[in-house]
Formats: sequence, structure tokens, C-alpha cells
Amino acid sequence: MAKPHFEKSISIEASSDIVRARSEVRTIAASMGFGSADQTRLATAVSELARNIIQNAGSGVCEVTDISSTESVILHIVFQDNGPGIPDIALAMQDGYSTNGGLGAGLPGTRRLIDGFSIESRPGLTRVSITMQRESGLC
Amino acid sequence: MKIPILRLGRILLTSVQIDLSDNDVLQFQSDVVAQISEVEALGIAIDISALDVVDSYMARVLSDTAGMARMLGAEVIISGIQPFVAMTLIEMGRGLIGADCVFNLEQAVERLNERIAERGDKFSYLRD
Repeated sequence: MAKPHFEKSISIEASSDIVRARSEVRTIAASMGFGSADQTRLATAVSELARNIIQNAGSGVCEVTDISSTESVILHIVFQDNGPGIPDIALAMQDGYSTNGGLGAGLPGTRRLIDGFSIESRPGLTRVSITMQRESGLC
Repeated sequence: MKIPILRLGRILLTSVQIDLSDNDVLQFQSDVVAQISEVEALGIAIDISALDVVDSYMARVLSDTAGMARMLGAEVIISGIQPFVAMTLIEMGRGLIGADCVFNLEQAVERLNERIAERGDKFSYLRD
């Protein structure tokens, strides 16, 4: 992977950090040239995943990286926490499944908003990575 | 963060002008419900045109708030959902907001008045 153009780490420790994270990611996405629809998708995805950290682990970190190439604008975001982990990832990815009083649209809904989505979880480490990619000049 | 709720006869008007934390959203919900009950409001318009992110949690709380308001006896209209917010909510998989929506606050008040007139509350003095 080429050296990233931009990196930022946002700590997620309180529910007010959810607001801050989605706002910062929107600003970063706008500066990279993502359009308004994609900015909203990204900000919403960040909101969902940052909330997962707060609810499941209490605290964690959101790492935002610009890994754009000459052909593509690519934003990569990793959410990591040291909480108890997700016991059944397949179940958590099902529509309508919720442990947090939400709509159960958190993880599966988030996956539909962005291009790349991967999740790994074990007790003590949960990492969710998302990517949005657009051809340069098209977004 | 307190969201002002304005009273116009027996209609309530409220406009969310800043990005709300989860706690703010819950506070807003209980303020809305308390205020509806206190003035026995016949309807409430909730304008969210300034919100550029409505995630599943916020959508859930708004939807619940609408349900609570109806349970008390008030009509509910949500106005001003931004186009990209609508796209995102539907893409996430659901029509997440369980209340009628209109473009702007003016339409919201019109629609509320129509609804209230249809209900035929005798003491609705919002129409001539």
C-alpha cells in the first residue's frame, strides 16, 4: 500500500465523540472531493460504527486514512476497540438484529452505505474497516 | 443542549438546528412528550432541515417520539429531511421514520391544521 496522503486518529470515548467523529469525517471526505451524497453516507456510517464502540466497548479509536491513488479517491476508516467482542458476527450482520435498542440497522445498514466492509472480532479486540472509493474526477 | 419548542395555539413547532448527541436526542424526546401533554397540543411539527446526518439511532428516536405523541393525542409531521439524508436512510434498508414528512415547516403547519380539522376537535381554534 502506498504511503497515505492523510491520516487522522479520532478517539471515541463518550457519546459526544460520535458527533465529533461524523463531523470530522464529513469534512475530510469533502476535502478529498467526495460529493454530498457520499459525505452523508460516510458520516452516517461513522456515526453507526462509533456508536457501536461506545455501546459495546465503552471506548475505542477511529482511524481515518486517505489512500487515494492516481485513478481513485479512496477513504479508509478503521474502528477499533478492546471490548468484549461480538460473539456472533453473522448474527450481528442480520437485518433487524439489535442488542442496543436501535433499529437493528446498524451493521447491515452501514455495509450498504459504503463500498468495502470487513469486520473481525474476538474478546479484547474488535476491528471494523470500511472503505469508500470513487474514480478520480467522478466524485 | 435544549431544543426550543414553540407554541402556536394548540400546535407545537420545533426545529432541530444543531447536530445532536444521543443524550440530546433523548432529552429532546422527553421535552416534546412533556410539552405535548402539558398544553394538550393537537399537533406538533418537527423540522429537521438542519440535520445533515440522521443515523439509525436518531431515526429510531424520532420515530418513537412520533408514536408517543400520537399516543397522547397529537398529530405529528416531520419537515425538511435533506435529500441526502433520505437517500441514506432508505439505502440503509428501511423507511426509518414512522411519521408523515413534508418539505418545509410551512407545509407542516398546513398539514397539521388539515389533520386537526379532519379530527373535528370542537375547540380547534386554529382555523376560521
